[in-house]
Amino acid sequence: MGKLRFASVWMGGCSGCHMSFLDLDEWLFDLAEAVDVVYSPVADVKTFPEKVDVTLVEGAIANQDHLELIHVIRKNSRLVVSFGDCAVTGNVTAMRNLIGEAEIVLDRAYKDAQLLRPQVPHDDGIVPPLIERVVPVHAVIPVDLYIPGCPPPAKRIRAVLQAVIEGKSPEMIGREMLKFG
Amino acid sequence: MPRTLTINGQEISARSDQTILEAAQDANIRIPTLCHLDGLTDVGACRMCLVEVAGASKLLPACTTRVQEGMQVQTDTERLRAYRRQIIELLFAERNHICAVCVANGHCELQNAGIAVGMDHVRYDYLFPKLGVDLSHERFGMDHNRCILCTRCVRACDQLEGAHTIDVMGRGAHSLIVHDMNVPWGEATTCTSCGKCVMACPTGALFKQGSTVAEMVHDAEKLAFLKAARERKVWNV
Ligand code: SF4
Ligand code: SF4
Ligand code: SF4
Ligand code: FES
Repeated sequence: MGKLRFASVWMGGCSGCHMSFLDLDEWLFDLAEAVDVVYSPVADVKTFPEKVDVTLVEGAIANQDHLELIHVIRKNSRLVVSFGDCAVTGNVTAMRNLIGEAEIVLDRAYKDAQLLRPQVPHDDGIVPPLIERVVPVHAVIPVDLYIPGCPPPAKRIRAVLQAVIEGKSPEMIGREMLKFG
Repeated sequence: MPRTLTINGQEISARSDQTILEAAQDANIRIPTLCHLDGLTDVGACRMCLVEVAGASKLLPACTTRVQEGMQVQTDTERLRAYRRQIIELLFAERNHICAVCVANGHCELQNAGIAVGMDHVRYDYLFPKLGVDLSHERFGMDHNRCILCTRCVRACDQLEGAHTIDVMGRGAHSLIVHDMNVPWGEATTCTSCGKCVMACPTGALFKQGSTVAEMVHDAEKLAFLKAARERKVWNV
């Protein structure tokens, strides 16, 4: 069996899920035997490649860039995995939805909370515009697997990846695999 | 008169005044519940305990249905499992449950129910309602974002403390827990600050002030102890 083409992306999340991924420690060597990392925040690749076998998506869909990239990811990946609570539920990233839509959130962050020269940065092409409401990944594209947890414990990530490498579907049962938060 | 019935094919006998849930508990058969709490009367609000009874056209809540002679009850069918997962997903979608930053993370009956029904994601759109947190009471707090409207707090306050400070206002998903005539909790003059509502709450909605993420452990079982101690003078369980 050839190596799996593996990708991971960092959307509207804090990178904590990727940190937990790095907590796989020595098992990362085993993983490196089984996969080629073709795209990741820890690899310097600019465009999302084609024919990817499995893509872990950390974070919720929160801005225009996420929204565009997630469709490319779906088109080019055999398995899309919602990786961590922000991807699965919106989680902390979606707490801004409680205040209101994008403009209200930006005002709150850049005007109400500022004493000196309160203004919302608007320069085009610098920061991607926020979408009105933060949503979980499966609200935008079909998702194949879900790994809950904020962040998911390394053991849980390993159990899922091990199954994927062996071509099986992971057993998402019980506290070890399913506890949110 | 004892009644004989079967639960999941197992023959059991129960007292005629027992509910299906009580009879199942005595026979060590676990039926999932959320709004039920030992020591409080049952209201059949959450529908987690729905069971199939042979000959009945509807599913029946085990916590409010009395046993009958010859009843044949099924508690764990494919159909019931699917409904239970739906109920839990709807509860998560209806309010703002963000376990990662919740006082009850790791000690929450709703979170545990999610695990039990195998919920790896929620298929419904999250509603993200704008709801408040009442921190006006000097010892306790109420976070409406995490309330599942089980009314365990209402019943604990009324039936065990006798204060009846808490009530439910409004209808359906727009219902809200209120104190006295909808005043901030700290201004509710009937509240004795006993903390029984906090003990009864299954989620992070009621908590002790000053608890941070994952620190709030409720003592729901103590309420049943309290009731048994008072009414039957039983001091050890
Ligand atoms: S109340 Fe329970 S389910 Fe809701 S956020 Fe808190 S831990 Fe999660
Ligand atoms: S603290 Fe006691 S009296 Fe006050 S609302 Fe809660 S149960 Fe009722
Ligand atoms: S505050 Fe807690 S006990 Fe009261 S109805 Fe809400 S979830 Fe139930
Ligand atoms: S436990 Fe029976 S309806 Fe809630």
